Amino acid sequence: MSVEAPARPVTPPPPPSGLSAGRRVAGLLLRWWRRLTAMRTAIILLFLLALAAVPGSLLPQRSLSQNNVRQYFTDHPDLAPVLDDLYLFDVFSSPWFAAIYLLLFLSLIGCVLPRAAEHLRSLRTPPPPAPRNLLRLPDSGRLESPLAPAAALDVVEEELRVRRFRVVRREGGTSSAGSSGRAPEVSAEKGYLKESGNLLFHLSLLALLLGLAGGKMWGYEGSILVTEGQGFCNAFQQYDTYSSGPLVDSGDLSSMCVDLDQFRAEYEENLTASSFTADIRYGDPQGEERKTTIGVNEPLRIDGDRVYVTGHGFSPTFSVTLPDGTAFTDVSTPFLPADQRTLASEGALKLPDLGADEDDQLALEGFFAPTGLMQGGVLTSVDPRPLAPQVAIIAYRGYLGLDSGLPQSVYSLDRSQIERGRLTEVGAANLSVGESLDLPDGTRVTFTGYKEFAALQYSHDPGQLWVLAAAIALLGGLLGLLLLRRERVFARAEPAPGRSGTVLTLASLTRGGGESGSRFTALSDELQGALTTAAPGTAPSDPEVPPRD
Amino acid sequence: MTDPSLAELSNTLFSVSVALYSVALVAFCAELAFGRRRERAQERVGAAAGTGGGGVALADRPAGTVETASSNRWGAIALGVTVIGALAHAGVLLTRGLAADRLPWGNMYEFATAVVLVAVVAFVGFAVRSPNLRHIGVFVLAPVILGLVAIGLGLYTEAAPVVAALRSYWLAIHVTAAILGFGIFMVSGIASVLYLVRSRPGADSGTGFVSRLPSAAALDQLAHRTAVFGFPIWTFAVIAGAIWAEAAWGRFWGWDPKETWSFVAWVVYAAYLHARTTAGWRGRPAAWVNVVGLVVMIFNLTFVNLVSTGLHSYAGVE
Ligand code: HEM
Repeated sequence: MSVEAPARPVTPPPPPSGLSAGRRVAGLLLRWWRRLTAMRTAIILLFLLALAAVPGSLLPQRSLSQNNVRQYFTDHPDLAPVLDDLYLFDVFSSPWFAAIYLLLFLSLIGCVLPRAAEHLRSLRTPPPPAPRNLLRLPDSGRLESPLAPAAALDVVEEELRVRRFRVVRREGGTSSAGSSGRAPEVSAEKGYLKESGNLLFHLSLLALLLGLAGGKMWGYEGSILVTEGQGFCNAFQQYDTYSSGPLVDSGDLSSMCVDLDQFRAEYEENLTASSFTADIRYGDPQGEERKTTIGVNEPLRIDGDRVYVTGHGFSPTFSVTLPDGTAFTDVSTPFLPADQRTLASEGALKLPDLGADEDDQLALEGFFAPTGLMQGGVLTSVDPRPLAPQVAIIAYRGYLGLDSGLPQSVYSLDRSQIERGRLTEVGAANLSVGESLDLPDGTRVTFTGYKEFAALQYSHDPGQLWVLAAAIALLGGLLGLLLLRRERVFARAEPAPGRSGTVLTLASLTRGGGESGSRFTALSDELQGALTTAAPGTAPSDPEVPPRD
Repeated sequence: MTDPSLAELSNTLFSVSVALYSVALVAFCAELAFGRRRERAQERVGAAAGTGGGGVALADRPAGTVETASSNRWGAIALGVTVIGALAHAGVLLTRGLAADRLPWGNMYEFATAVVLVAVVAFVGFAVRSPNLRHIGVFVLAPVILGLVAIGLGLYTEAAPVVAALRSYWLAIHVTAAILGFGIFMVSGIASVLYLVRSRPGADSGTGFVSRLPSAAALDQLAHRTAVFGFPIWTFAVIAGAIWAEAAWGRFWGWDPKETWSFVAWVVYAAYLHARTTAGWRGRPAAWVNVVGLVVMIFNLTFVNLVSTGLHSYAGVE
C-alpha cells in the first residue's frame, strides 16, 4: 500500500439515466467501496483509531479500574452520566471504536488484496520498455564509448546483471511505431522485495486486527485470591471477578484446578520486593496433578491457558471457641493490602454458622500488620515482611445479611447492617500471635497466626499466538518496505554522430530510499569505467555525465 | 547492594556532561556567528555531500574567506567538546548501572538520561558524516541541556534496585529499543522543526541564524532518514513491550495509558512516513506531522508517567 499506487478513478462515469434502480444502487455501492478502499481513507481511519484511543487514556476506564470510574462519578456528578452515554468510560469496547476498527479492516482488505494480485502479476512480467525520451526521467545522463552500439549495450547489460537487476534487452528495429532505426535498449529492474515487504506489512496488519478481535470474542479472564492450602477450579462462579468475550460459553471453560501450596515474597535491604513465587499444584480434576512454581514474569502456560500471580497479601488466622466448648480452629480470610509498601491490610472474617440462630453470627473486622508497631495507641505496619504480625480487630455479633439477596463484598462488612443495629460491636483488641480477646458472652477469639495468599489470574486468549506471529511478520515486512529500494534503469545505445562509437543514454527511476541522484551518479561512473576497460587500446575518454538532478 | 561512591560519581558525571554540553553550545554559537552566509552554489554542494558521504563541502570553500575558516574551527571545537560531553554522559549511565548492579534504565531518571544520550550520539554521527549538518548543533544542544537540567531537577532518583516485575531480560530488550527509538525520533523532530523555520518564505534572504542553517532540503532529508531509522525500532519496542506485558501483567495489550500513547505515537510516525511520499503532503505538512509525533512522544514520557496512573507507574519518581 505505498502511496504511489496507481490512481483509481474516484468516481466512475455516472450511470446513464434511465437505468434500473438496482443498477444505480450497485453503482453507488461500488463508488463507496472504491472510496473506502482508497489508501487515503485507510490512513485517515488509522488516525481516527489513534484519536479515538486518546479519551481512553485520559478518562478512567471500567476495563482498567472500576473504582476510578466510581470516583469520577462522585467527583463530577453532572458530567459523568453524559460521558457515560458516549461510552467514554468503555472506550475500547464502545460501538464507535468498533466501527472505526471495522471500517479500517474493510478498507485494508480492499486496499491490499488487489495490490497483492497486481504484484503477483508483475513478478511474472519483464520490466517495461524504456520511455521514448529518457532524458526526461528524474535521473538521466549520457555516456560515450568507442565500442559499437551492440557491444556497448552488452557491457551495460552484464554490469546490471552483476548488480542483480532483472534485465530485458529489446533490439529496437522496426518494431514499435513502424519507424525504422529505433535504437537497441535495455530495461532493468530490481527491488521486487520492497513491494513484497509492503504487502507483507499490510497483510500482517490485517491478520493482527483479526487475531485481536478473535481473542476478544473467545477469550476470558478470571481473578481470585487464594490462601495457602486452598485452591480453585476454572469456573466463572468461583472467581472473585471475571470478564469474558461475547462468544464464550461458560460450559466450555477448560477443566483445570489449581491449588496453592506455598507463597514466598523476597525483599532487598531497602524493602524493594525482589521476587514473588507461588508453589502450585494444577491439573484436570480427573487427571493427574502436577507441581510447579510460578512467579512475576513467569506464568504457568498450559494449552493456551495461563495462570499468573498478580499480587499477594496475608490471611490472618483465628481460632474461635464458643462458651459451650465448640471450637473453630484456624479460620482465615484474605485481608486486602491497603498499602503496598508495608502491606498494612484490611479485611473482615465472617462466621455465619456459629449458632443455630440467625442473629448469632459473628464477624471480626480489622487491620493486619505483618510487622506491627504501636504509634500513639494506633497499630501501624512498618515492614512488608511478617516479622511481628499483629491485628487490631473489632468483633461484631448479630445478623450479617449474607442471605438477604443483596450482594456484598467478601472482604468487608455490610455497613448498613451495623447502621440498622442488626450487627453490634461486642469487643475490640490489638492482638499479637497467641493472644486472645474474650467476648462478653464467653466466646474466646484467639489470633493464631497468618497464612499468605496469592492473587491468581486465569487467562485464556486464543488469538494470542496469532497476534504474535502477525506482529513479527509485520516487523519483517516493515523492514523490507523501508530499507529496500525499487529501481528501474534504462539504457539506449545510439551510434555516435559523425564518428565511430556509441552514445549511451542512461536513466533511472527509484522508489524509496531517497538519494537517487548520488546513486545514479555512482552507477553511471561505474558503467563508464566498465565501458572504458571493455574497449582495448583506446585512451580513457573523459566521462561526460551531466547528472540532472 | 548499591555502591554509594559509584552512585556519587554518576551524579558528578551528570553535572560534568551538562557543563561540557554548555561549552559546546557556546562554541556552536560562535560557529554560527562567525560563519558567513554560504553562497547558494556552495549550499548545493553541501546538500549533495550530505547525501553522499564526505567532507567535500567545507574543503571546497573558496580561499580567502577568513571568517569561514574561523567558523570552521569553532565548529570542530564544538563537535569535539560535544563528543567528550557524550562520553561523560555515557559514564553517568555506566557508573549508575555498576552502582546498582543492573541495567541503568529502571526508572524515569535513567530512561530519560539515556534517551538524551542517544539523541546526542545520533546528532554527532550525522555531523561527522556530513559537516554541513553540524550547523544545527545549537538547536540540538540547547534542548539537550534544557532536557538534562529538567531531568536532573525533576526526575532524579537515588540509585536503587528495581522491583520484581522489572527483573527480566525484557528490560534489556524492550527498554533499550524504546530508548533508541525515542532518541532517534528526537533528532528527527528537531530537524523537522528547523526545516519548518528554514523553509519559511524569505528565510533564504535573511542574514540571521536561519540563513546559516543547512538547506531546507538537507534538513528535510535528515528528518526523514532518522524517522525511517527510528520507526522499525519503535515498532519493535512496542511489540517487545507487548510480549513482556503478556508475561508480567497477564495480557499482551490492555490499553493501559502507556500502551495507548505508544500506539498513538506509532500511528503518527506511520502517517509521517506516508505523508512524506504523498503528493500534496510533502514538505511542510509532513514536517508538521513529525513535530506532532515528537510532542506525543514527550507527552508519553512526561504526562503519562507523572500524572496518569497505569501499570508503568514503577517509573519511580519521588
Ligand atoms: C504493550 C505493552 C507495553 C508498551 C506499549 C510499552 C511502552 C513503553 C514505552 C513507550 C516506553 C518508553 C518510556 C516512556 O515513555 O515512559 C516504555 C518504557 C518502559 N517500559 Fe514499557 N511498554 C509495555 C510493556 C511493559 C512491561 C510489561 C514492562 C515491565 C513489566 C515495561 C517496563 C518498562 C520500563 C521499566 C520502561 C522504562 C522507562 C520508565 O520506567 O518510564 N513495559 N514502555
